[in-house]
Amino acid sequence: MIENPAARRIRQLFVYSALTLGAVVMMVPLLWTVSTSLKTRDKVSIRQLELIPDPIHWQNYVDIFTKQPVLQQARNTMVIVAASLFGALVPCTLAGYAFARIPFPGRRLLFGLLLATMMLPYVVRLIPLFLFFDEIGWTRTFGPLVLPRLLGHNAFYIFLYRQFFRGIPNDIYDSARIDGCSELGVWWRIFMPMSIPVIAAVSIFAFEFAWNDFLNPLIYLGSNRDLWTLALGLNALRGFEGADGSLNLVMTFSMLMIIPMLVVFYFGQKHLISGVTAQGSLKG
Amino acid sequence: MNATIARQHDESWRARFQEWWFRCRSWIGFLFILPWFAGFVIFDLMPFAYNLYLSFTDYQIGTQGAPPWIGLENYLEIFTKDKLFSKSMYNTVYYLGFSVPLRLIFAFLIALLLNMRVRGMELYRTLFYVPSVVPLVAATLIFAGLLNTRYGLFNHVFLLVGLPPVRWLSSPDWIKPSLIILSLWGFGAQMIIFLAGLQSIPSDLYEAVAIDGGGGLRRLRHITLPLMTPTIFFNLLIGVIGGFQIFAQVFVMVGVDGGPLGAGLVYMMHVYNKAFRDFEFGYAAALSVILFSIIFALTVALVYTSNRWVFYGDGAEDAA
Repeated sequence: MIENPAARRIRQLFVYSALTLGAVVMMVPLLWTVSTSLKTRDKVSIRQLELIPDPIHWQNYVDIFTKQPVLQQARNTMVIVAASLFGALVPCTLAGYAFARIPFPGRRLLFGLLLATMMLPYVVRLIPLFLFFDEIGWTRTFGPLVLPRLLGHNAFYIFLYRQFFRGIPNDIYDSARIDGCSELGVWWRIFMPMSIPVIAAVSIFAFEFAWNDFLNPLIYLGSNRDLWTLALGLNALRGFEGADGSLNLVMTFSMLMIIPMLVVFYFGQKHLISGVTAQGSLKG
Repeated sequence: MNATIARQHDESWRARFQEWWFRCRSWIGFLFILPWFAGFVIFDLMPFAYNLYLSFTDYQIGTQGAPPWIGLENYLEIFTKDKLFSKSMYNTVYYLGFSVPLRLIFAFLIALLLNMRVRGMELYRTLFYVPSVVPLVAATLIFAGLLNTRYGLFNHVFLLVGLPPVRWLSSPDWIKPSLIILSLWGFGAQMIIFLAGLQSIPSDLYEAVAIDGGGGLRRLRHITLPLMTPTIFFNLLIGVIGGFQIFAQVFVMVGVDGGPLGAGLVYMMHVYNKAFRDFEFGYAAALSVILFSIIFALTVALVYTSNRWVFYGDGAEDAA
């Protein structure tokens, strides 16, 4: 289509201004967070626009460690994150591989069940699981948070892997099998190395969901302060300090939770899109 | 003649052996999915069944042995006496009704703009996506600060443009809009899914429309929208299922009672309160069964009607 240059110019101008305006609006809350996290206490409760605080109060990033056991909470959170990553990397890829490649009896039925659990709201499992873990004495421990993750209990990850694995050409699979490679060998030596994008994408999700989880730590760890995660610590900080009190410190703590996520996202972002969407995974 | 029969016999045995061997090997597949299957039984199937059973009992804290069976009593109480049931359902549907469509529209529009071969697309994409990476508790507290009546940025801007300040989190009328605003900040994940869908549309389709003399709107109407219906459908479904289960935002922003007059009391919060504050597990289980039934019915309805508006270009082969 031949478009006249003026119309094209105007269209571009419109697109760029819309995008820039949108991006600025999206960024304002984050900029405000950074700015507030560096303010002194008396500065936060006055109505005043001040992007770069004066003075810049770096001390907040020291004080926060005395307000909450942040390091302990970070360690606790990492236990859950580690379990989640293991589950996403080993059991989930194995299951995805089997669903994609190995024609075992009952595969269709089981895959149907897997898809069904993706639609199963968490709320119908919440109470029985709590009672179950309470019965075996696992409340106030990491058990209920770690065990499901270690088993790779996440239908969404398995589904993503399966879709990606199905896109790997049959020839590669066949020739490896003919050369005497076992299923385990094909999975580990061929499919895993070929699937870095989807593995990266799922790992980011696994990290993110474990890092952000709130309801489960609240229910299972709420009464055991030594095992609190960062999300619980942050929520409690707000509660202790009151709604207005130390908003600056609440934002400092928020920054401590946001920065690791940004780092993970920065290193994984180039895989995020290709991994999730490869081979039309959304059409299943 | 005999030799032929013998050979056939022999071959059939061999075929049977091979089939048997193949089946054995294929059990490896089951071995591979065993961890997931164990998880499925322990964390999905059994809890689901037990939850259903619990909903017909009067299980409370300290109940010893089998909880007393009370039939439909929990359900009767929910539908006839429980004022918070209808209130929390109303609040949740209100939240959903605005949050889900608005998120979809924003995500789709921004994805469309980003897909116009914009220079610096990666940067814009990142800027729009980054808010979705912010942990939910942090995002909620950030907005609790921004929406603060006295010194929050929102009221600051309102005053600058001459609007009266709003008591966002302390007035019953504004709690739900506040939650909706917070949810809009996180449309980035859906935007990424839309963007990926848009990028998979073959460009020769657009060229065909261009040759026929079709402009931008026609391209959108006749190519982009139809081809994007599976993605829109996916995002809609996920959005509705997720929206019904909103919890952490409300817990952090307005607390377990849902703020003034319970205007922010969402359904999950009601379930949580019944289970973990009142310890009426049977009653809470009944509440959760109702939520499940609603989500299930809605999912079935969406999938059923999707035949009419979702376009699956490559047939149903992939669904196997």
